[in-house]
Amino acid sequence: MSEPSPPPRFARTGASGFLGYALVAVLVVWAFDGAGWSVERLLASPPRLADFMSRAWPPSTANLGRLAWKMVETLQIALAGAALGIVLSLPIALFAARGVLVGRGVNWAVRMALGFVRAVPDLVWALVFVVAVGLGPFAGMLAIVADTIGFCARFFADDMENTDPGPAEALTATGARRIDIAACAVIPAALPAFVSTALFSVEKAVRSSTILGLVGAGGIGIELKVSFDLFDYPTALTVILMIAVVVVGVEQIGAVLRRRIMGSTR
Amino acid sequence: MPLDRVVHRSGGVDDLRVAGLAKRFGKAGTVFSDLSFTIARGECVALVGANGTGKSTLLRCCLGLILPDAGQVALLGSDLARLSGPRRRQLRARTGLVGQKHNLVPRLSVLSNVIHGLLGRHSGPRYWWQGLAPAEARATAMAALAKVGLADLALRRADQLSGGQSQRVAIARALVCGPRFLVADEPCASLDPQAGEEVMALFMSLVKREGVTVIFTSHNVAHALRYGDRIIGLQGGRIAIDAAAKTVSAQDMAALYV
Repeated sequence: MSEPSPPPRFARTGASGFLGYALVAVLVVWAFDGAGWSVERLLASPPRLADFMSRAWPPSTANLGRLAWKMVETLQIALAGAALGIVLSLPIALFAARGVLVGRGVNWAVRMALGFVRAVPDLVWALVFVVAVGLGPFAGMLAIVADTIGFCARFFADDMENTDPGPAEALTATGARRIDIAACAVIPAALPAFVSTALFSVEKAVRSSTILGLVGAGGIGIELKVSFDLFDYPTALTVILMIAVVVVGVEQIGAVLRRRIMGSTR
Repeated sequence: MPLDRVVHRSGGVDDLRVAGLAKRFGKAGTVFSDLSFTIARGECVALVGANGTGKSTLLRCCLGLILPDAGQVALLGSDLARLSGPRRRQLRARTGLVGQKHNLVPRLSVLSNVIHGLLGRHSGPRYWWQGLAPAEARATAMAALAKVGLADLALRRADQLSGGQSQRVAIARALVCGPRFLVADEPCASLDPQAGEEVMALFMSLVKREGVTVIFTSHNVAHALRYGDRIIGLQGGRIAIDAAAKTVSAQDMAALYV
């Protein structure tokens, strides 16, 4: 019996596949062109960056107390906004998830609305809420609520759709109502994914809340803007470092909590 | 065949009447066509056949969980196609499903899972978690757990049970509402032979004691012949065998898998 010959190492690309690759390449080149890609400017940037660092270093400690309070306010905006957003996301997600509570028409409408909420950047939401409720952290918190709902409700809905349909089917066969099936079979099964999504949304809220001050929606962002406007680079560097430390710290706490909670949620 | 022309086998009440049932899935094509049979009250029917012959699909059609493409299903005297949503739920409160994968909610306690079996009769947050459940519901669920020998594991998480224990809890959940008609889809398929024997023996003793009408699927020929009053064998999307279990031989059964 003759030995079978090995299969070709690579699958041959068809005409449509080749056309697809070519189209992606053209799109990427077009995008770089539109983004003002410039090698000259890129090569000229290190000296400018070094100049900024020389003027910013060492970071200023003159207003550390005031900046620390602003950072606390930033965290308050993030936590309050994320908490309210997560709570509101659950009922919205129940209406967005296919096959859980309502028909496909409502699922589609809610998902479209969530798509709109998500498409508007957090900074734009902050501008809208500054107009609606005035300057200050409350506008920032509402912007975080909107941003969190756009993120969490969509992923909560996806998490519910991806649960094992078996328990829901068993309860359907006993005559349970949809709301009971959602509460008893779908939500408990999706809970670990909910926790993970919620923790990511808190991290996202903390990152967002640090820049909302740029448009007057509270938090430390306003300090960053003012220090750049006044060419007070040492203070700007202090703010940047504070933001980095807080954001990285919150991400680390989130990672630890995710590991702990995922292993013991009941 | 219209439902009123299906012959009563037992001369008594039929809990399930299936007439001219057909189902096809897109590219997979026809699963089965023109299936007609009845199941009398208290009868235990073993549905057998090779993989892909549509046993699970047929069971789900019988409970109205999947809509057939043609034909009618009358469950406990009601034509499923003519029932409104609330009426269908009321009917299902008298039915139950035991699946191959046990289908418990893994992160909840055994007791909560069994109490969920009462949701067809009682709706609302008090029945969502054992800690909130009315005393009567807890007592009923504990009695069901005692019947399957797991009362001492009531507060254990469902995902910390062995396969056999898990299937016993699924049986308790299916029986807790006192159903009249039960569907069991390969209840022992995921268990080792020893656990499978124990679970099947327990399941059948409980349903026969309580007079529940049962249709179950199994690839275990011995189980089908031992526990079924009647064998319905599917082959090529049609009924190849429909006879009393005592008249069916192991060779007849083996021919279904050729």
